[in-house]
Amino acid sequence: MKAQKIRTGIAEIIGVILTIIILAPFLLVVVNSAKSSADIITSPISLPEHWGQIFTNLSNVIHNQNFNYWNSFFSSLLITAVSLLLLTVFSSMAAWVLVRNKTKWSSFIFMLFVSAMVIPFQVVMLPLLSTFRETSNFFGIQMLQSYKGIIFAYLGFGGSMSVFILHGFVKGIPYELEEAAWIDGCSPEGTFFRIIFPLLKPVQVTVLILNGIWIWNDYLLPSLMLGLNGKIKTLPVAVSSFVGSYVKQWDLILSAALLAMIPIIILFLFAQKQIIQGMVDGAIK
Amino acid sequence: MNVQLKKTISIAAMAAGIIGMAAALYMDFSGSASTIRGPLLIAGALLVIAGVYLLPTRKHRSIINVLFLFPLIFAFAVTVLIPFACGIFYSMTDWNGIKFEKFVGLGNYISMFKSNDYIYSFVVTFIFTVINMLAVNLVAFGLALLCTSKVKGRNFYRAAYFIPNLIGGIVLGYVWQFIFNKVMTTVIEGSTSMLTDPNLAIAAILIVSTWQYAGYIMMIYVTGLQSVPKDILEASNVDGANQITTLLKIKVPMIANTFTVCIFLTLVNSFKQFDLNLAITNGAPSRILAGKPVQATEFLALNIYNTAISKNQYALGQTKAVVFFIILAIVSLTQVSISKKKEVEM
Repeated sequence: MKAQKIRTGIAEIIGVILTIIILAPFLLVVVNSAKSSADIITSPISLPEHWGQIFTNLSNVIHNQNFNYWNSFFSSLLITAVSLLLLTVFSSMAAWVLVRNKTKWSSFIFMLFVSAMVIPFQVVMLPLLSTFRETSNFFGIQMLQSYKGIIFAYLGFGGSMSVFILHGFVKGIPYELEEAAWIDGCSPEGTFFRIIFPLLKPVQVTVLILNGIWIWNDYLLPSLMLGLNGKIKTLPVAVSSFVGSYVKQWDLILSAALLAMIPIIILFLFAQKQIIQGMVDGAIK
Repeated sequence: MNVQLKKTISIAAMAAGIIGMAAALYMDFSGSASTIRGPLLIAGALLVIAGVYLLPTRKHRSIINVLFLFPLIFAFAVTVLIPFACGIFYSMTDWNGIKFEKFVGLGNYISMFKSNDYIYSFVVTFIFTVINMLAVNLVAFGLALLCTSKVKGRNFYRAAYFIPNLIGGIVLGYVWQFIFNKVMTTVIEGSTSMLTDPNLAIAAILIVSTWQYAGYIMMIYVTGLQSVPKDILEASNVDGANQITTLLKIKVPMIANTFTVCIFLTLVNSFKQFDLNLAITNGAPSRILAGKPVQATEFLALNIYNTAISKNQYALGQTKAVVFFIILAIVSLTQVSISKKKEVEM
């Protein structure tokens, strides 16, 4: 028994030390956001003299022309929210059709979605840019530097994985449910939206979380499609263009990083279980 | 709504939609610059869709099938399939991002493998991928053992270790650049930053990448370890097996599948590393290789980006991307065949 106790004691100490090491970078960000530029250079690890400085720094960053926190925050929010909404609805619809129709076509389309998960963004990004540019010129539909263009792109890129995850779940829903609705005179679209769609909720949460974290943090796609100095910026793009314009102004850069981290940390505090569960489920499937 | 009225509305909508789309396309082809043509095309398409949806017919079910699949497949085709096919074609031309003039066959592939910076990038990415895979999995498995032991506050630890994985690589990269350049040099007084030495800079990216990713992989191992049935563990305890024997002889073999998932997940993600690479070093510092300077920490994804976007060599960048894809495809196919084999064995 004694040996057991000592062992748990050691494990506890290791756990605490690891927590401190793993979270130290975040502490450094908070501590240094409350210092002036000169203080950071002379003593980056000491505690700040006046915590009030953090508000000065944050307000400097929020009102900065290049960073424009509220604009980029709401752009990120809009792009993520609309992309997630469309992805969830359209992939559920597609997955349902693909499961319930056992034809050559449906299995071909499903295989296409599954194999496309291997395609890295790098191999499509350059032709995608030129396709979008040409679409804009030819059809007069602005695809680059616009919300609809980037949301459309997320719909295309997130679609394959979402269909794959939903497909497995729809398979498990008994077909008798749909037959019963069908006999009662419900139309196919009614059957889907009234019966199947609500049943998909648990797996839709997984799809939302996986795609949400990815879209919110994504840098390469928005930096190419919106541009680093375009009108619309997502938060990662704004941070990057801000860093580019203030080389080594660490007080401002760290405050900007802090502002970019806060929304997702707050979300994590509220929905910790769902987020961890969703991301793990997505990896295993 | 009666059937006749529904039919009239449906046909009217389809007709109006087709006229709208035709007018918009006419303007497109005649080179009109009218700003109305884009919205007109979209409105026309939506009208046609609404018309088809309302059409009273016995084949309603088939119509719904097509309409339900259409939005996702359309977006998927335009953003993934068509650019993918174009990309493979462009890699064999002298494409400059806007147009191409002649077909060069495998010329780009040959010049790519002759360039120093690409070969270097290739080797460095492989080394990084293998070491990072090992580091992430070792750390993650260790953390998972800690978080599934009887230690107090294990749920808190799980959440804490998971946090770095939630924040994007770009933001974390800048924070770590600060840590390497300012904090480390103060803690170890008089030392120069790790990021100025070619080898240490790669090590720096490895540290950050492991730090960011281990918490995520840890949670997958935790899920695996929790799925080991309790009665088997009790049985081994009764038989007098100590904790290390239980771990090596029972837990590890029982979660072999989890190991496969984690190893391939980290392989693919390390190979695709871009955000941290861009934010921490952006390829710097340079190192002399065979008499020519190359970027010491430029991994393949960043090399592709720099070739195309910074140096404006679109065809060459696209060629590198195609090779990038082929390697990833081989890795994924290997994973699929391994897990299939395992299923058969079970």
